[in-house]
Amino acid sequence: MIHTHTYDAIVVGGGGAGMMSAIYLSRDSRIRTAVISKLYPTRSHTGAAQGGIGAALGNLEEDHPEWHAFDTVKGSDYLGDQDAIETMCREAVDVIIELEHMGLPFSRTPDGKIAQRPFGGHTHHYGQGPVRRSCYAADRTGHMILQTLYQNCIKNGVEFFDEFQVVDVMIAEGRCTGVIAYEVATGDLHIFNAKAVNFATGGFGRIFSISSNAHANTGDGPAVALRRGIPLEDMEFYQFHPTGIYKMGILITEGVRGEGGVLRNDHGERFMERYAPTMKDLASRDVVARAIYTELREGRGINGKRYVYLDATHLGSEVIEKKLPDIADFCRTYLGVDPVKEPMPIQPTAHYAMGGIPTDVDGRVLRDAQNNVLPGMYAAGETACVSVHGANRLGTNSLLDLVVFGRRSGLAMAKFCHETDLGPVPPNPTAEVAAEFERLLVSDKGEPAARLRDELQDIMMDNVGIFREGPGIQVAVDKVKELKERYKTVVVMDKGKRFNTDLLEAWELKNLLDLAQVTAVSALNRTESRGAHLREDFPKRDDVEWLKHTLVSLDSNDDVSIDYKPVTITKFQPKERVY
Amino acid sequence: MLNVTVRIQRFNPDTDSAPNYQEFKVKAEPTDRVLDALNSIKWYQDGSLTYRRSCAHGVCGSDAMRINGVNRLACKVLMRDVGSNVTIEPLIGFGVIKDLVVDMEPFFAQFRSVLPFLVNEDAPPQRERLQSIEDRERYDDTTKCILCAACTTSCPSFWADEQFVGPAAIVNAHRFIFDSRDKGTGERLDILNDREGVWRCRTIFNCTEACPREIRITKAIGEVKKAILSGKRA
Repeated sequence: MIHTHTYDAIVVGGGGAGMMSAIYLSRDSRIRTAVISKLYPTRSHTGAAQGGIGAALGNLEEDHPEWHAFDTVKGSDYLGDQDAIETMCREAVDVIIELEHMGLPFSRTPDGKIAQRPFGGHTHHYGQGPVRRSCYAADRTGHMILQTLYQNCIKNGVEFFDEFQVVDVMIAEGRCTGVIAYEVATGDLHIFNAKAVNFATGGFGRIFSISSNAHANTGDGPAVALRRGIPLEDMEFYQFHPTGIYKMGILITEGVRGEGGVLRNDHGERFMERYAPTMKDLASRDVVARAIYTELREGRGINGKRYVYLDATHLGSEVIEKKLPDIADFCRTYLGVDPVKEPMPIQPTAHYAMGGIPTDVDGRVLRDAQNNVLPGMYAAGETACVSVHGANRLGTNSLLDLVVFGRRSGLAMAKFCHETDLGPVPPNPTAEVAAEFERLLVSDKGEPAARLRDELQDIMMDNVGIFREGPGIQVAVDKVKELKERYKTVVVMDKGKRFNTDLLEAWELKNLLDLAQVTAVSALNRTESRGAHLREDFPKRDDVEWLKHTLVSLDSNDDVSIDYKPVTITKFQPKERVY
Repeated sequence: MLNVTVRIQRFNPDTDSAPNYQEFKVKAEPTDRVLDALNSIKWYQDGSLTYRRSCAHGVCGSDAMRINGVNRLACKVLMRDVGSNVTIEPLIGFGVIKDLVVDMEPFFAQFRSVLPFLVNEDAPPQRERLQSIEDRERYDDTTKCILCAACTTSCPSFWADEQFVGPAAIVNAHRFIFDSRDKGTGERLDILNDREGVWRCRTIFNCTEACPREIRITKAIGEVKKAILSGKRA
């Protein structure tokens, strides 16, 4: 059965970026808005963010948005667009105050202000030393942002379609005119015709085997956009967080190091002193993750195994129980390790996509290298590439990205909705996706999706992870192609309509395959090392050839093509990056 | 490796007249989560087995279910702690949509009914509203709620009367009642003083034991009761 709905604005995704844009849209009573989310909004992965949100409030020591912007540019290895970074860091202060006014229960300083802690790559005086910039609510800052935004959506009467999976975007007459969604409970398809659509669908960390990302993080938004001809930007830049729980990949916040925790190898050595003499354990994530991998490779993992220690035992139980209670809980639950008394076994874990759907600072989707806008389509949060993170994101800047660009996209959509009429629904818009689901449901001689997904995650982790080199990436590119062939006969065991998560997992696998393919091809194409993208066969950054953004497209024959666009540089000329 | 028999309550209203139990054999590492075992069944044995999951480390609240008779998050219980025979059933008190998936709409309706947002219509200051460390600490415990419904669906008072607003909604009301920045306390206490409000709580403590976030729920409910009786936040 097919249902049709009409709204002014549709937000796809109920995480931080989506709900922030919905709150702004809901403040204009003339605009009818709905949020469509594959999960109940409070299940979104924004809630897993821990350590804080960056803003130069200066509550504990001198700080300035300009310093924050410099750190972000440097952290990005000069690939971030500096006009967008300036916007984000300038608006950071105001948006944090707004979150506090919405009710967010930040931790507090002794004089009652929002508390702040140091974080990786955040410095005073343009790199002179760590600064307390990360605004936090214990070690559940993302949880508190997600809850606060959901609470405010309820207060404003935002309409939600919970457990509706968006499976396609409608583009007609050169503009975006809505989305197609699959109702999980019933298996029905829904056409949502709208003037403006915001993709805020989060990341795709499930292309890797060791990942901090939720099962739900399958990149549905960027994959749908990619298949509808929208290029993706800078997909070769994928962040590995230095400290994931050994084997499981569960995130251990950088806030542990912000509070004074240190990394140690098998000799008990605080090895970051060798790699980053000034910032040490608080160097940027790409630098720390690479240092850990280097220690492992050179045989200094604990007992020769693939992990090192994150040591917080000297912080005392008061700091750990009050400022890092969830971390303590994770370690006790999953490792049987009490971080008050013992060091935590950690390894880098796939964490964050710097790349995504190209947008301007108002969330408007850019469809080509000339920055032409696709009217009516917006993207915000991890799904989008503004680009404020360039080749490597600083900790605390993802939550900031969500709220700043969630807000800006909501405002821009409201304005657009007033200026435009509803666009047309293309003829028979559900036909393609209905045929794809039908194909998955009738197939009975192939393999389960899980087997293909396991193989995909392993090859991406091994060959397109922290250390990369040409021949290895090529192996991954070939493997993904093979998996795509095998996907054509993938078998869904559940043949029913009701809450068929077997079918959805198979559909999500298609998204992972497409995103892995363009990630690997982009990584193979970029013959330099920059930020999170480290090519052992091209170990130097090459600003002459490669100070530019990648735009990658996928055509209907599954062939990849690559284009480029320039990086916007305003105040900070590229220079060598030392922490 | 452990060899575990996982007994799961199955029910698809489209094809089954009543719930039934199905057994699966799985091999698991002692440190695997119950969710990992469910995933291995779904991915490699029976794709029709249906449950919710997302973050897999106890912060999103998707996978609350009954594990050996008690409400737990499947991603926060390790296989070494459940024995060689584990029984998994859906939460009690909400209708079953399919297998371990229950209808969460009534739960979120309870949540929405207690004004679960900051009420303060005064013009805000230029900067943040100030709040002392002590005032912030006053409601810290109840900010941890992930809306998983483990508490509400463990509550005999809720089982007996599904109109009861339930512990999770009271926890979320508490989070604002004891927030020094909030001005909606009176209205919220009136809502909770209703016959389906806090007085349905019989201090059985099931909720506190069920909470995967270790929120002292019974204590929080007691504080709300006291606030109603004294007419103000303590």
